[in-house]
Amino acid sequence: MSSLTRSGAAFGLLFAGLVASSAWAIDSLTFSSTAQEQRFQALTQELRCLVCQNQNLADSDAELARDLRLEVYEMLVAGKSNAEIKGFLVDRYGEFVLYQPPVRGGTIALWFGPIALLIFGFFLARRWWRRPTANPSAVTASGVAQNGDNDPGEFP
Amino acid sequence: MWRYGLPLLMFLALAVLLYSGLGKDTHLVPSPLINKPAPLFSLPDLLDPTRKVENAALKGKPYLLNVWASWCAACRQEHPVLMRFAAEKRLTLVGFNWKDAPADALAVIRTTGNPYDLIASDEVGRVGIDFGVYGAPESFLIDADGKILYKHVGPLDQDSIRSKILPLLPPGCQP
Repeated sequence: MSSLTRSGAAFGLLFAGLVASSAWAIDSLTFSSTAQEQRFQALTQELRCLVCQNQNLADSDAELARDLRLEVYEMLVAGKSNAEIKGFLVDRYGEFVLYQPPVRGGTIALWFGPIALLIFGFFLARRWWRRPTANPSAVTASGVAQNGDNDPGEFP
Repeated sequence: MWRYGLPLLMFLALAVLLYSGLGKDTHLVPSPLINKPAPLFSLPDLLDPTRKVENAALKGKPYLLNVWASWCAACRQEHPVLMRFAAEKRLTLVGFNWKDAPADALAVIRTTGNPYDLIASDEVGRVGIDFGVYGAPESFLIDADGKILYKHVGPLDQDSIRSKILPLLPPGCQP
């Protein structure tokens, strides 16, 4: 009976070990709640490792990443907010540590450049499709006028 | 005009953008600490752990803080450059032994020579984080008021000392 509960407990421990074996488990950090652990996980995923620059802090095995994870962990436990923790790292390593840089003068092109290019491309494309109707000689040449209307949507 | 001008303009804009990125070291992270006061630290002296190295006490004279470690290969490459620079006695050289075992660091200093006036030992790397250190070697030029003027990532060589560090020094330290 007691050996059964003991093996049950052993199995439970083993299972808990398997579940908990995420990247930071090697740091042996303990959290007071799952919410806290989730915050830690989210934060370290949003922060970039300075050594392996295409990895986040959560995934990186670099020594410095481990130190920074510990730093993040201690600030978290000390009750600092996410903004304070990110601010701490930005003050030391620059906005480079953030995978999502803040919107301001220097990053406007980064944030809105792609959508601006898309809109620009859309207008360019519309001009291109409209061209046959704007130029009568081109219309007959391209064969669109055979439709008898000016609908640009029916361009082959 | 637009038909040929616009694509040409777009091509040129793209060419300029891409050209400006050529040859850039994408691993170089610009330090936000430039022109800001250097973080203050009080760390054990590598040569005499009973004493502390405090950079607040260094105010009044510019100094070069050189981040190094015994495990760092590029630091070995940089070492003779620092030895030569130290011999010129232009600037106080402060060694910042980063994430290193003091015994290993001492062995390096004993066998290859000590270019530093002082060596602070940051064994755990906490102060290194305050300085935004992300690798060794790195060097910080700090002025007499304790402000960081320049950060050099990677080993210093004769050229970078002459072109990047010496021009920032006050007239007395310049050649």
